[in-house]
Amino acid sequence: MSSMPSIPLPSDPVGNGARDGLAPVPAREPLQKATTMSDPMLSDDESAAAPVLVGADGATVRRAVPPAPDAEGKAASEEGRRTVFDVDGLDVYYGSFRAVRDVTLDIRDRQITAFIGPSGCGKTTVLRCLNRMNDLIEGCRVDGKINYHGVNLYDAKIDAVEVRKRIGMVFQKPNPFPKSIYDNVAFGPKLSGVRNRSELDDMVEKALTQAALWDEVKDRLKSSAVGMSGGQQQRLCIARTIAVEPEVVLMDEPCSALDPIATARIEELMQELKAQYTIVIVTHNMQQAARVSDRTAFFTAEVNPAGDTRTGVLVEYNDTQQIFSNPDDERTENYVTGRFG
Amino acid sequence: MSDTSTRSEPAPPEDLSAVLVASMSARRVWKNRLASLWLYTSVVVALIPLGLVMFYVVQRGSELFGLSFLTDDIPVSRRELGPGMGPAVVGTLVITATASLMAIPLGVLGAIYLNEYGKKSRFAHSVRFMSQVMTGVPSIVMGLFIYTIWVLTFGQSGFAGALALACLMLPIVIRSTEEMLKLVPDDLRQASYALGNRKWRTILTVVLPACLGGVTSGCMLAVARAAGETAPLLFTIGFVTKANLNVFDGPNTALSAQIFRNASVPFQGPQDRAWAAALTLILLVLALTTAARWVSSRFATAHP
Repeated sequence: MSSMPSIPLPSDPVGNGARDGLAPVPAREPLQKATTMSDPMLSDDESAAAPVLVGADGATVRRAVPPAPDAEGKAASEEGRRTVFDVDGLDVYYGSFRAVRDVTLDIRDRQITAFIGPSGCGKTTVLRCLNRMNDLIEGCRVDGKINYHGVNLYDAKIDAVEVRKRIGMVFQKPNPFPKSIYDNVAFGPKLSGVRNRSELDDMVEKALTQAALWDEVKDRLKSSAVGMSGGQQQRLCIARTIAVEPEVVLMDEPCSALDPIATARIEELMQELKAQYTIVIVTHNMQQAARVSDRTAFFTAEVNPAGDTRTGVLVEYNDTQQIFSNPDDERTENYVTGRFG
Repeated sequence: MSDTSTRSEPAPPEDLSAVLVASMSARRVWKNRLASLWLYTSVVVALIPLGLVMFYVVQRGSELFGLSFLTDDIPVSRRELGPGMGPAVVGTLVITATASLMAIPLGVLGAIYLNEYGKKSRFAHSVRFMSQVMTGVPSIVMGLFIYTIWVLTFGQSGFAGALALACLMLPIVIRSTEEMLKLVPDDLRQASYALGNRKWRTILTVVLPACLGGVTSGCMLAVARAAGETAPLLFTIGFVTKANLNVFDGPNTALSAQIFRNASVPFQGPQDRAWAAALTLILLVLALTTAARWVSSRFATAHP
């Protein structure tokens, strides 16, 4: 049953912004209403008191009132932002191998959060847990809690597909579908049932404009996406992701396959998208994390005492400025100053 | 450290030129010529039988080949000269089409199961293994199989032949489709899942379109193979001299079966008709193969 589109979708699955020109912040209904089936405990008006929703943020996470239209974006320094993800004691196993141990952090609304750290420290693994992409890896198992607006994403009742509609992802390697540019961007909206041609046109234009790609491709929307340059492809993938109006965009090393100019464009774009989306980015590039992010989590890999396997741990999570100028942990300092070893 | 320092010392130019000249010694040159000659000869030898087959079929077949040959009924008397292979053309087309209608959907769905769902499970492994074995089963065995389970009960018909051909096509379709599905990069599936697409829709909207060209050409080649098969039809379809469009009722005939039948009798008329039927069949298969190529190049989508 849960795999059929009979689940009540959000009242306006495509967001309001596409048609009436309001700020395109999706006025989504809370996740649990759309994804759980018939649990009275999680009914709409009681969700704040539902047993899984412990934590001080429980009452404030609801987007009952959509945020006010705000074209310039709010100042990044604003305090007291709502928590989008509350990760608590996260362990990830691949088979019997523990890839990540005891990660606890919270990710806040409309900020850019960067995960940095050496290879194999589990930052991509943690990122992929946030929209349950790890479900697709055989033998992957998750312990601990990831609360998304107070709803535990790994609760048995949660439908991973509904999660991914709200939490989009951009991958390391640009992966446009071998379709036209238009069809790539319209793919997500078509999935959520938008059939009206002019409505689709508007959504495609809006997503491409947001991804700073519209001017380059508006005359060749029907040509294949595969023929674009790497940087354009990656921006197309971003456009494809934001066309479904997610709340969160996860980016897994989005610039590692791109040249410095394309990287600069993507970084610029992230700053613009920050006004409307919560962004979590994994990067190998410390300068990039320092440039774009508001908060930074530093992960490292610890050698397990038992054998020669390594498990990722979260060393430090703080404001980016703090991490790069005055880190609390010596390992962070060694890493960000290039003395890692 | 000392090791690298000696290695990085540049060799004196005298030594270098000596080495370069030595590598072009007369012995090297002759070795190269011999190897090239061997390769070219092999290609020519391999092409001779193919060229001869084409030459004879076209030469002997073109005498009778023409519109009336493709449409006229088959002469009842073996002594009669002249054209007529219409019922066989019709039979080949309807029987192959019926077989394709059975084998292609089943084969494509089977391949989707193997590559997208079964993957490395034990059941998928055994299905994959069985389809591999089936590819190697001689086609006459398929004919005998259908003869025992179908023809003995329901009698000979075009449908019985189509069943035998479908058994033959099924493993080919499964194998070729699975290979094509394997080529679709996992990145595309991930991208689709990340947009909140369900698995069945991912397969339908992303995976299949991405390999449609390859799947189509694989299926076309299976159709071409089936159109040329003789053995599975020998016991299953029977023989008629007038076109039978109904595959479910009454005996039928096909080009390949007519070639077999007519070429083995000592009369001029049937032998000429067999040659012309062979030419017809070759042209038919050529058309299908060309269509397969055209389709796969049309839908070919380069992956980055």
